[in-house]
Amino acid sequence: MGENTVKVKIKKKSQAGDIWRRFLKNKTAVFGLIVFSLIMLVVLLADVIVSYDSALTQNIMDRLQAPGAAHWFGTDNFGRDIFARIVHGSRNSLLVGIGAVAIGITVGGLLGSVAGFYGGKIDSVIGRIMDTIMSIPLMLLVLSLVTALGNSLINVLLAMMIANIPQYVRIVRAAILSVVGQDYIEAARACGTSNLKIIVKHVIPNAIGPIIVQATMAVGTMILNAAGISFLGMGIQPPTPEWGAMLNEGKQFMTMYPYIVVFPGIAIGLTALALNLMGDGLRDALDPKLKD
Amino acid sequence: MSKYILKRLLTLIPTLLAVIFIVYFIMDLTPGDPGTLILGERASQEEIDAKNEELGYNKPLPVRYVNYVADLVHGDMGNSWKSGRPVMGEIIARLPVTVTLAVGAILIGTVIGILVGILSAVKQYSFLDFSATAIAMALASFPGFWIGMMLILLFSLYLGWLPSFGGGDLKHYILPWITTACPFLASQMRMTRTSMLEVIRMDYIRTARAKGQRESKIIMQHALRNALLPVVTILGINFGGLLGGTVTIETVFTLPGVGSLIIEAIRTKDVPIVTGATVMLASFFAILMLIVDVLYAYIDPRIKSRYERK
Amino acid sequence: MDHTIEHTDKILEVENLTAVYNTDAGVVHAVNGVSFSINKKETIGLVGETGAGKTTTALAIMQLLPERTGEVKSGSIRYRGDELLTKNKAEMRLIRGACISMIFQDPMTALNPLMTVGEQIYESLAIHNSNKTQKELEPRVDELLELVGIPARRKINYPHEFSGGMKQRIVIAIALACEPLLLIADEPTTALDVTIQAQVLNLMDELKQKLSTSMIMITHDLGVVAQTCDKVAVMYAGEIVEYGMLEEIFDPNRPHHPYTIGLFNAIPSLSGESRRLKPIDGLMPDPANLPEGCRFHPRCQECMECCKSGEIYQYENGTHKIKCNLMRKGENDGRAD
Repeated sequence: MGENTVKVKIKKKSQAGDIWRRFLKNKTAVFGLIVFSLIMLVVLLADVIVSYDSALTQNIMDRLQAPGAAHWFGTDNFGRDIFARIVHGSRNSLLVGIGAVAIGITVGGLLGSVAGFYGGKIDSVIGRIMDTIMSIPLMLLVLSLVTALGNSLINVLLAMMIANIPQYVRIVRAAILSVVGQDYIEAARACGTSNLKIIVKHVIPNAIGPIIVQATMAVGTMILNAAGISFLGMGIQPPTPEWGAMLNEGKQFMTMYPYIVVFPGIAIGLTALALNLMGDGLRDALDPKLKD
Repeated sequence: MSKYILKRLLTLIPTLLAVIFIVYFIMDLTPGDPGTLILGERASQEEIDAKNEELGYNKPLPVRYVNYVADLVHGDMGNSWKSGRPVMGEIIARLPVTVTLAVGAILIGTVIGILVGILSAVKQYSFLDFSATAIAMALASFPGFWIGMMLILLFSLYLGWLPSFGGGDLKHYILPWITTACPFLASQMRMTRTSMLEVIRMDYIRTARAKGQRESKIIMQHALRNALLPVVTILGINFGGLLGGTVTIETVFTLPGVGSLIIEAIRTKDVPIVTGATVMLASFFAILMLIVDVLYAYIDPRIKSRYERK
Repeated sequence: MDHTIEHTDKILEVENLTAVYNTDAGVVHAVNGVSFSINKKETIGLVGETGAGKTTTALAIMQLLPERTGEVKSGSIRYRGDELLTKNKAEMRLIRGACISMIFQDPMTALNPLMTVGEQIYESLAIHNSNKTQKELEPRVDELLELVGIPARRKINYPHEFSGGMKQRIVIAIALACEPLLLIADEPTTALDVTIQAQVLNLMDELKQKLSTSMIMITHDLGVVAQTCDKVAVMYAGEIVEYGMLEEIFDPNRPHHPYTIGLFNAIPSLSGESRRLKPIDGLMPDPANLPEGCRFHPRCQECMECCKSGEIYQYENGTHKIKCNLMRKGENDGRAD
């Protein structure tokens, strides 16, 4: 009766595949992904959609036009096409958001891994410095950095990055500590696996989940903060199209011409929303136990 | 316990010194010097140098930092380069507005955020849960200052219910409170919901059910207290965000608070004001984080015993 | 005469209980037509591997299945002749804790970390004694703690200040606070050290005698069964495959279900010559996708063609019941080993 012995099928699927499948099941997350992809498409194809000139050209004859066929989102007080400014402004906003987070993760990740993996004195020194930076409210830190460094896109990016580093040091350090303490790492050690191999094969794949989730959401937060900075009239200066700066310029006209402030705000909110939805979906996909 | 609090208060001192140093250092990088700023571009170089010397600006950074801290201990944050008045006085004059704004927003955000968070978790997957989560997501995604602008358009201009600009009676604060509370509320709500969902699945909740306890008591007596720990942490962190956020919101509603003082000072390169105000807000934040830590011990006996052992 | 007494003495009767979990991955058939009964002062052991549906059966009795996913599909659960499945939430609350109590597997997580153990025992008393004041109930808290061997003065301590074994004693004190007629113990000793296990089992046995409580002992440990139970139900994939008095199940000369034999072969024996342990090949089937016919047939050494589909033969010999096609012939000629 040999044929009757064990016939248990164990489904073997890759972990990444599982995560991706769970992500796709989450409708809001997929919505976020689609919206974000569209926004990225706008960023890449901005010049194809509408020329950069129309975002800058002032036309007094056309000033403060309501949204219509000629100007989808209307025109501002200089007669510039708001749609064109939003399309081209997307580049600046996303550059600051993604740039600050990407550099922040690299620097913070490095410091965090060192702190988490080696511990001891290095850990406590890095920790102290990061705690101090973190004890200054982020917006205030960025504001004073921009004041000191001067108003420019690069400086805003730099300021955001500096303000961002501590949080990644924390996440990466925590992620590494949580992984290092696990039995399977001890098991790998016991089998004589080298430190580097442990980091590459075990620590990174396991720590990367929470980092990606945090980073996705942080890009949204940074876009919001960058908008706040330029709304205060700092950072990126006019006439460069930037969403927060558009709100700042449009502020005084908003009572008569609300559309001037409505559309840039929606652009900021939609981008952050897409990122947040993606981040949420990713977290649920990585950690499905919360969902039953 | 009091020993622990005292110890924490003592460790607060180096933290504050470091915070002050960082702020002071950053502001020191700002181009320009007080002499030029105070006397104007047309003054002669000698006059400017003399003014700088009078203010101690020609000394190296570490010396100025030590002097600054020494003065700070006596409640002196220097004088504004612009108005010449003491920085401390300028800040204190603006403080009530910011405190009113922050406290009101925290109350609204915490109470509504936690309540809706609990309901959302208890009725997971219900219509209420779905809509609350969606609204929280939107509130967290749109810039607070923009939400404020939209509220002004709706409630002040179209409906004419509420004033939109300036300080004064509390009616002027309703829109700023709501605006400031929005991202805060969203974050509190989401955190409470997540935390509650986790706690509701715990074994001790099942134990309480097995005792025959009624569901409302299980939620209020067992689940909520356990779920509050991460919520309190987020509360502290959010408070920092809120302090930063008041800067933009004070601008939208033209409220004369510390935030708008900082912005005005940044525009005029009035370094002592920026430094002083930032130090003040950062210190508030540090003290609040300490309070959160102490609050922890009152919620969780495990943490309390850990504190007492130290 | 005997018959009538036995009838009134029935504490719990479970009949044809079927329970499922509705998950995203599909319907999980956790319990499929389980029947058993417990008399006064009697202990029944539910034995089987993880995932056999033991805990689901217990939760179904308590009506504590996860609200959104868990569902009792059919069957009947009668407590002293009173149907539990038709009771509403408020009525069930009066049963839980007062008439039927439950002890959970992991004492480390079963207690609320933010309440003193005294408060948690008191809560249990207060729920079912709303006419009494705290002052009247407080001595009972002390008494209960002493009963499970913990000094009453420690009632002001929090769970994290106790060891695992002591926590389980506190859990037992909570469960017994209102002197329930039935106690469901879900692997009460699995999470404990072996030496502590024996202590806790002895304590439970002692208290059971003292309070004349009936008990459902859920375990995968046949040693625990031998020590505590009067009746045994062997569960596999949500079904009871063999059911009988303790002596019947442990009697090697009687016929047994191949799974029961497998379970016994998988434990080391002290008396017999030292032969290798024989674990049962394969894994418990996926309860969302159960095999046709006998649930055990893919792992069964003696599987026949008729086992792969259709109804499975039910052997009955007095109190001893076995669900296996092998018994069809075994009924006449005894079981040839």
